[in-house]
Amino acid sequence: MKKILHYVLLAIAACIILAPFLYAVAVSFESTEETLAFPPVWIPAALHVANYGKALQTAPLLTFIFNSFAVSILVTVGQIITCSLAAYAFAFFEFPGKKVLFTLFLSTMMIPAESTIIPNYMIIRSLDWLNTYQGLAVPFMASAFGTFLLRQYFQTLPKEIYEAARMDGCSRLRFFFTMVLPLSKPALATLSVYTFLSTYNQYMWPLLITNSDSMRTVQIGLAMLQWDQGISWNTTMAGIVIVSLPTVVLLILGQKQLVKGLTAGSTKG
Amino acid sequence: MIPKQKKTVYNTRQALLYLLPSLLLFIVFTFYPLIRSIKLSLFNTNLMGQETVFVGLHRYAEMFASPQFFHSLLVTFLFTLYTVIPGILIALFLAYIVNCQLRYISVFRTIFAFPLSIAVAGASMIFMMLFNPGAGVFTYLLQLLHLSPVFWLSDPGWALPSIAMIAIWRSVGFNTLVLLSGLQSIPEQIYESARIDGSVSWRQFKDITLPLLSPTLFFVFIVSVINALQTFGEINILTQGGPMNETNVIVYSIYREAFFNTNFSYASAEAIVLFVIILLLTVFEFYFLEKRVFYR
Repeated sequence: MKKILHYVLLAIAACIILAPFLYAVAVSFESTEETLAFPPVWIPAALHVANYGKALQTAPLLTFIFNSFAVSILVTVGQIITCSLAAYAFAFFEFPGKKVLFTLFLSTMMIPAESTIIPNYMIIRSLDWLNTYQGLAVPFMASAFGTFLLRQYFQTLPKEIYEAARMDGCSRLRFFFTMVLPLSKPALATLSVYTFLSTYNQYMWPLLITNSDSMRTVQIGLAMLQWDQGISWNTTMAGIVIVSLPTVVLLILGQKQLVKGLTAGSTKG
Repeated sequence: MIPKQKKTVYNTRQALLYLLPSLLLFIVFTFYPLIRSIKLSLFNTNLMGQETVFVGLHRYAEMFASPQFFHSLLVTFLFTLYTVIPGILIALFLAYIVNCQLRYISVFRTIFAFPLSIAVAGASMIFMMLFNPGAGVFTYLLQLLHLSPVFWLSDPGWALPSIAMIAIWRSVGFNTLVLLSGLQSIPEQIYESARIDGSVSWRQFKDITLPLLSPTLFFVFIVSVINALQTFGEINILTQGGPMNETNVIVYSIYREAFFNTNFSYASAEAIVLFVIILLLTVFEFYFLEKRVFYR
């Protein structure tokens, strides 16, 4: 009995959380008359799949998705390279000034992107990187959070292997590629899911530095489907469903990795 | 044998080589821009954003004398209040009910995390439809309850709470995931020994769960506050700071002043104020976490 009550409670909560999106999915299949009806229509009488075609026609959504993917992959790969190299040095090397440098890295977490966005915009403009993938991606290719996350993981690898390998004359770089990286796949997966998702969802930076349809990312391009004369809610919602699919799939597949990433910040090693 | 000093120099050089990619990016895109922001706030700027005349702290004086700036700060504070407290309470409830060993529980965990995957633009437009004063779902719900209609986004009194509702929905996924993992890290034996003492559910929650969860709660609180302070997308898509500046939070004001009014200098002064607020919050967090290590 108690179990059933628990399930009922869970189901109600789940419905409330999902309601906005489920309603959006319903509207995306409605006819235009149904979207304007009052009281609102919860379940469309027939599935108007054509709304999806219209959404794709009204805005180059596939181009936007491609751009978002390109930028997210660039940033993810970039962060994996820079963060793992830095984390390796912090976890395994002994050198003077290590503490100072590590603090310097962490201090970047206290600087909100909005506080540096004006000069950053000017830098990108003077590099002639407005409306380019490198302009969208390069500023985000280093991350203190990612370095911290990987360092925490690297530190759990037994240091004896490192010392033994060094004794045998294994170079630091070789040890990094043959031992550290392969042993750290879970942590790298966590960083990848986290970075990909947060880059895909970026809003302010792409808004500032892109102004051509061919370079816009999903988040900015969606505005082309904003409800307006000529476009009705069903088209807008179809567009939202299309662009949300990649992140929904990523969340379902990568939830475990994501949880590890999100909680890494809450525990101090 | 390599002399010790020579070895140290070699080690340092090696380490720097590994740190170089990150360091370079941080210098170019974080540290230099921060210094440049400070410099911009101390100068008059032209339309291209170049510094012209040094004016010292004049911009800050102007800012602190302007009622609009304080209004912006107040709106930012209220928005933080509206989103953080309900956001954490809802997530705590969800994390608590999903922290159990029932069948299919992982399905519910994924559902509760779901809002994480809907980005700001999509979420804002879905809510724009729900908020539609003519035929929207919320208007319908009010009618069912026999309440008078509300012009959610265009009513100065309702715009900020409406934007806050979107932010709460978007934050629930993250908060629930983190709080759930905090709950899971509380050892089962503690509950078992409490049960022997005859501790009832609510007291068990209040006396055992909450204290042990407090570090996680604190982390979620700081992250939520920082996220709330940085909210931009919902406002840009739905209200553009209006109506009557009632949603003109600091971050939106920075954007507006810099990229519409080309007042780079004033915007930079605001950006530095935002930086100081977030710096203090983060230092506070690190200090707290540092202390926490002792009682673990």
